[in-house]
Amino acid sequence: MTQPFRAPSGGSVRGDRPIRFTFDGRGFDGFEGDTLASALLAHGVHLIGRSFKYHRPRGIMSAGSEEPNALVTVDRGGGRVTPNLRATTVELYEGLIARTQNAWPSVRFDLGAVAGFAAPLLGAGFYYKTFMWPASFWKRIYEPAIRAAAGLGRAPAAADPDRYLHRYAHCEVLVIGAGPAGLAAAKAAQGRVILCDEQAEAGGSLLSRLETTIDGVPAAAWIASGLEDRVTVLTRTTAFGWYPGNTIALAQRVTDHLARPDPGLPRERLWLVRAKRVVIATGAIERPQVFPGNDRPGIMLAGAAETYLHRYGVLPGHKMVVSTAHDRAWFTAFALARAGVTIAGILDQRQAVVEALLNQARDAGIPVWTGARVVGTGGRRRVRFVETEGGPAVIPCDSVLMSDGWTPSVHLFSQSRGKLRFDPDSGVFLPGVSAAEEQSAGACAGEFDLAACLAAGHRAGGGSTRTFSVAHEPRFGAPSRPSPAQPHAKAFVDFQNDVTTKDLAIAASEGFRAIEHVKRYTTAGMATDQGKTGNLNALATVAQLTGLTIPDIGLTTFRPPYTPVTFGTLAGTSRGDLFDPVRRTPIHDRDAVFEDVGTWKRAHYFPQRGETMHEAVARECRAVRGDLGLFDASTLGKIEVVGPDAAAFLNRLYPGDFTSLAPGRCKYSILLGEDGFIRDDGVIARVAPDRFHVTTTTGGAASVLHHMEDYLQTEFASLRVWLTSTTEQWAVIALQGPRAAEALAPFLDDIDLTTMPHMSVREGHFAGVPVRLFRVSFSGELGFELNLPADFGRPAWDLLRETGATRYGTETMHVLRAEKGFFVAGQETDGTVIPDDLGLGWTIARRKPDFVGKRSLARPDMRREDRWQLVGLLTADPAVVLEEGARVTGADRESLGHVTSAYRSATLGRSIALALVAAGRGRIGTTVRVPMPGGDVTATVTSPVFHDPSGARMTAAIERLPGRVTRNLVSRPATVPTVQPSTEVAMTLVPAMRRFNVRTGVNLAPPLRAAGHTALWLGPDEFLVLDDKPPPIQADSLVDVSHRTTGIRLEGPRAAWCVNAFCALDLGDFPMDACARTLFGKAEIVLWRRGETEFHIETARSYLPYVWACLEEARREFLPAAAPR
Amino acid sequence: MLLIPCPWCGPRPELEFHHGGEAHIARPEDPSALSGTEWAAFLYHRGNPKGSHAERWRHQHGCGRFFNCVRDTVTDRIVVTYKPDEKRPA
Ligand SMILES: [Zn+2]
Repeated sequence: MTQPFRAPSGGSVRGDRPIRFTFDGRGFDGFEGDTLASALLAHGVHLIGRSFKYHRPRGIMSAGSEEPNALVTVDRGGGRVTPNLRATTVELYEGLIARTQNAWPSVRFDLGAVAGFAAPLLGAGFYYKTFMWPASFWKRIYEPAIRAAAGLGRAPAAADPDRYLHRYAHCEVLVIGAGPAGLAAAKAAQGRVILCDEQAEAGGSLLSRLETTIDGVPAAAWIASGLEDRVTVLTRTTAFGWYPGNTIALAQRVTDHLARPDPGLPRERLWLVRAKRVVIATGAIERPQVFPGNDRPGIMLAGAAETYLHRYGVLPGHKMVVSTAHDRAWFTAFALARAGVTIAGILDQRQAVVEALLNQARDAGIPVWTGARVVGTGGRRRVRFVETEGGPAVIPCDSVLMSDGWTPSVHLFSQSRGKLRFDPDSGVFLPGVSAAEEQSAGACAGEFDLAACLAAGHRAGGGSTRTFSVAHEPRFGAPSRPSPAQPHAKAFVDFQNDVTTKDLAIAASEGFRAIEHVKRYTTAGMATDQGKTGNLNALATVAQLTGLTIPDIGLTTFRPPYTPVTFGTLAGTSRGDLFDPVRRTPIHDRDAVFEDVGTWKRAHYFPQRGETMHEAVARECRAVRGDLGLFDASTLGKIEVVGPDAAAFLNRLYPGDFTSLAPGRCKYSILLGEDGFIRDDGVIARVAPDRFHVTTTTGGAASVLHHMEDYLQTEFASLRVWLTSTTEQWAVIALQGPRAAEALAPFLDDIDLTTMPHMSVREGHFAGVPVRLFRVSFSGELGFELNLPADFGRPAWDLLRETGATRYGTETMHVLRAEKGFFVAGQETDGTVIPDDLGLGWTIARRKPDFVGKRSLARPDMRREDRWQLVGLLTADPAVVLEEGARVTGADRESLGHVTSAYRSATLGRSIALALVAAGRGRIGTTVRVPMPGGDVTATVTSPVFHDPSGARMTAAIERLPGRVTRNLVSRPATVPTVQPSTEVAMTLVPAMRRFNVRTGVNLAPPLRAAGHTALWLGPDEFLVLDDKPPPIQADSLVDVSHRTTGIRLEGPRAAWCVNAFCALDLGDFPMDACARTLFGKAEIVLWRRGETEFHIETARSYLPYVWACLEEARREFLPAAAPR
Repeated sequence: MLLIPCPWCGPRPELEFHHGGEAHIARPEDPSALSGTEWAAFLYHRGNPKGSHAERWRHQHGCGRFFNCVRDTVTDRIVVTYKPDEKRPA
């Protein structure tokens, strides 16, 4: 296939490497190094799409990411459809498939173009005016019709099959933009340097400066020289967002330009770079001229034409008109003339142009008109002629090169909260006062002379003042200022959103002045290109229309992202199974149906063959009440409170009295906030005089520990007591039911249940394994909770099943507790409930002078008689189950409160409900009405305790027990899937070991490793000691946490890279034997560097699968090519 | 993402920290001696200043310690961090 617009020579595309691609179903060829735009132009294809509102034919206006018109959809197969890509940035690869957008049935014969005739209806503010009446038409007719006709590409319907990764990186200097200034900065910078550029190769404008030399070296060769290894060069990488702390987000397109990418590679990588200093060298964007018909295909920015010529060897046309107001575009005309293009004329708005240019034009045979401008264009699908003022009435042509000057790219500077200043000389905004550690250099700072750009970049990078000797570079004057344009319905300012100068005039005539208002009214600058090419023209035009100055009108806010970023990149691995950690208990009996409780998977119920949930729950409830039930309570939060002042601390924190609690006894306690409202509840056991085992709700585990640490560290700092989370150390099995003691006794090696009253605790052994055994009941039956080291949880569960116990899940647990009137934090409480509301005033030790929340409970409001109180509700029809959250109303339909829990109770053979009702305890025996979807339901107010009100069943004394049976459990440690070996980064599970949380004022580090143990510093006075036996350390608090975490070893040259895919620490500043508790994705870990290329990661047991899978994702690109991935 | 200098661990990413409200609001020695108005002031009334603000942070996913931090609420710049038992630096 011939490429009629490919220049005979020039460009850096590989003419020896043809690439085939299709555009709108038609086959084309291009060359390696082409973009979709350059390859289409080589074939003379200018018509790329239809415009947003008016469906006008649109072509290629630019050669970069600022392109407003040439948007295409690229289909990479397998559901990999990406809409709204700019053809100017899509790199060609073999087999690429691209389509036009917003055109039906085809881009050449687009029926939507009739919208062009409806243009008067679609002007500025049409959303607000045209379609207001009748209101009902909006939803059914106007909006669907407008949405169908307008718009950009369609979002893909299928799930995105590609992979995306994140990466945290740190550097001394980040240079954004690899043009002349950026390259000079990167070469001068010291330390770790990252240089990024959105284009496929570094060089920026140097890539089209074919003759220029820098310090005697041709520009093309100068680009790469002196970029040492310490400079990480990231091409195809857009710095799109600036966040506090000099954190810059980069989107790196890793595989989109490849025909057959390595499946181990992510499609894109989001870099979160924390840079000590940033050099912004983002260049400038050329402005289109605003004249009627300036949007026809074939009308292009002059600089873009030069890029197509010099970089791609492509001529945008054979007969061109150049329209400008400054020198630079003249050189574009000369270069194209040399390449064989007929320049039909240069129209320069200036009356006077320097003699040298006029002479050169005359020598090249180019007609020139000064003081002239384009006032109209013609041609259906491509420009065919221009109409001028100051020149011939009509000049035939096949393309127009326009240039209104350059707008410095101050987007990132503005995002960094730097203050822009308006420069009256150049008529543009420039970086003013910095707010971050950054410096702008080059064209983005208003500097357009190459030698000056290089010198500025060099200085910004940290180099001393020096000059660069630049030769064979044309000399030209400053770019022109933005020029206002007359209102005209076809003179486009914002091409992507189809906003014309007439729209701006309407906005101005309707009184809009501030550009933020004009923008919203006309939608100028609100398209996906955010008005990169058009905003300044809009400002200049509005300024003229309103008689104000540009600074008066203001500048719209620059917001991230600089260019569109795909959602997949932002999400990274946080999708599907890795969206959140999925935490399983050490027991995780797969016979259950599971429910999500926070990030935990909890057994909801255990259906037998053919059972519905209600049938299963009824059976499980009957089993617990009549026989024996087995329940996995491992997710309960657990905190070990250790120290001589442990009781004193709990006394201040909880309303109950803990000084009088004897070792071996437990106390139920509610945790209050300082505001007196219930936060959480749980059982607190005194294991030893100076050691308590505190339990929290599943959801409250982290927040209760935080609350405790808050008071301990800041208010009660003099107390000698230390807190250790043991939630994951213990597996917890509840054994509940009349047969509990009889079933448990045979397996207890050294605990006599007959000595255990209700609310007591013993330490001993269960089937050879250490156990912390509680006699507690959340079911109302005789019951025990076994706390076993997590690795023994499942074996113990299996052993206890041999007793014939019925497994039950959280649903049954909830029904049983509701039958007893036990509240659940977060269900019966909502942050406004105090203990007395729930009938739990008895848990408060009234004589204590103070505890957290006491003062608030003394507020008059807390003693009001009409407070909502917990009561039971029994519906008149026992088959009706009330809706949780339903209102409870009185005789006059006045609201009295709401239903908090409602269940079918197998025990009572009817429905039950708990409710918070105003002065509820005084209403017991009365009738209330509960509005439900099917009508009001009548219910009687009762005591919230439906079952065994005296509590005799759970407090019963234990007598006569069967004899002991010797059993020895074998531990079952956490496991992970096998991994692919890799020499780049190997990953193994560390064998089981003993771990101790040690609190001591003695500094154990350094030395890190002493007397056979390793002490990892976690915080002041806190160490994680890895050892095979309790460490010989004088500790204030020593808690065995051997089962709480699991170790992962990561080794190889890419180990740090993989850690940084999820962890934000600077591993370049993390020496041998450093350790830190930190975050890894959504998991907390302890990271310990064991060597230059070796890391040990401690992760909580339930987070192990998540951390492991995350690391697998990070490792995939480093697995040997043969491995499945 | 702010870089917050923990007084014990040094600068660490914001992700590891948990905000803890205004600093230097000590719990009264004897809350029962306070009037309702005084108690409400302790419990709820906060400065919310524009500019320099002393606030509590906890290095939740790090050393676990609470500390104080002076941050400029306009620029989001952290001026200084210090241990809870230390006075606010001038
Ligand atoms: Zn810290």
